[in-house]
Amino acid sequence: MKKLLILFATFFKIGLFTFGGGYAMLSLIQSETVTKKHWLDGDELLDIIAISESTPGPISINCATYIGYKRAGFLGSLFATLGVVLPSFIIIFVISFFIEDFLKIELIGKAFKGIQACVAVLILRAAVKMIKNIKKDAVSLIILLAALVVTITLNFVAFDLSSIYLIILGGFVGFIYYGIISKREKKTKAKVLDGSDPATVSSLHNDDVGAEQKLNNGCEDKGEEQK
Amino acid sequence: MIYLRLFLTFFKIGLFTFGGGYGMIAIIQQEMAANGWLDAEMLSNFIGISEATPGPIAINMATFVGSAIGGGAGSPFLGSLLATLGVVMPSFITILLIATLFKNFMDNKFVSAVLCGIKPVVVGLIFATGAILVYNNLFKSEFDFRALAIMIVIGAATIGYKLIRKKDLSPIFMIVASACLGMLVYSF
Repeated sequence: MKKLLILFATFFKIGLFTFGGGYAMLSLIQSETVTKKHWLDGDELLDIIAISESTPGPISINCATYIGYKRAGFLGSLFATLGVVLPSFIIIFVISFFIEDFLKIELIGKAFKGIQACVAVLILRAAVKMIKNIKKDAVSLIILLAALVVTITLNFVAFDLSSIYLIILGGFVGFIYYGIISKREKKTKAKVLDGSDPATVSSLHNDDVGAEQKLNNGCEDKGEEQK
Repeated sequence: MIYLRLFLTFFKIGLFTFGGGYGMIAIIQQEMAANGWLDAEMLSNFIGISEATPGPIAINMATFVGSAIGGGAGSPFLGSLLATLGVVMPSFITILLIATLFKNFMDNKFVSAVLCGIKPVVVGLIFATGAILVYNNLFKSEFDFRALAIMIVIGAATIGYKLIRKKDLSPIFMIVASACLGMLVYSF
């Protein structure tokens, strides 16, 4: 029971003190679970992060579930996940009661017009940052541009097509091209997705930028470097 | 049954989100429009608040939307609870399956091939979401020069900071700064 409570408290703290989600969270997860509590070593954490990047859902939830399960089985994953979710849930739930009235105040309304402009910049920045996660080849570039053009076009002709179909289609193209066609061309490139590069462990100690660059090993072409 | 729909909608959103919170915004937007729940402007407000409060953006968004929609049907708590549960469940189940059954999931070549196809789609989606938001911010009933000014200032600040300090400007700082700029420029 004590184990479960410590898991809960640790992930509650992680949920409470990370702003902006995702990668900003990783350095805190690292210092809490690896450096302080020795629940796992840096290599394991990198594996978990690689898995989190490749599975649906927020990275922090994935990390909490995985580490919780490793520590204390199903109940452990439940407590850790609850812990990381609860701070946001409570804070946002409280805010949601005030937001409508809050936005009616003239000055606040103006502030949020500014924030809306900022959100557009933040999203574009996130997109630019994510470019380094993808393979640097023509097929990936074509997929990216196709998704971009299709989404914008459909938005302006007000045609409803869920982006889910684009994601599924992208996965299908990836399966055909990267799984079958390019495998035949270059058999040496088999281990494209190997998440456990020991050199990346130390980078977790640095600022989140350094960590990000090293962590985004998902679709980088390591085969090229090895030649 | 609005609560069940909230749960299912956010389950779907959670299931198709790769690469963190921003990847889900396009899908959230479409789902909100399809259900008639939220307009794009309110969604932008929610994203701004989600950025400025602790925790994963996905959870913040789900709690927010759940409370707003559930509130309309009587219980904001039930709404936010089910939406948040919905968005968490797919990750929770997937990771549990991997931790228990598929230890070598990552080594599977076809899994990585599928992911290599999905990632560019997600990046394209995020670019599109950003571009559409820029457009919506600028072209309202008349061209909004003030929004353009704020975007240029904030954009230049984040690029400049990245070039000089080699780090990303904190989103919280950007949100607070743009709120101040908004109060300033929209008052004239």
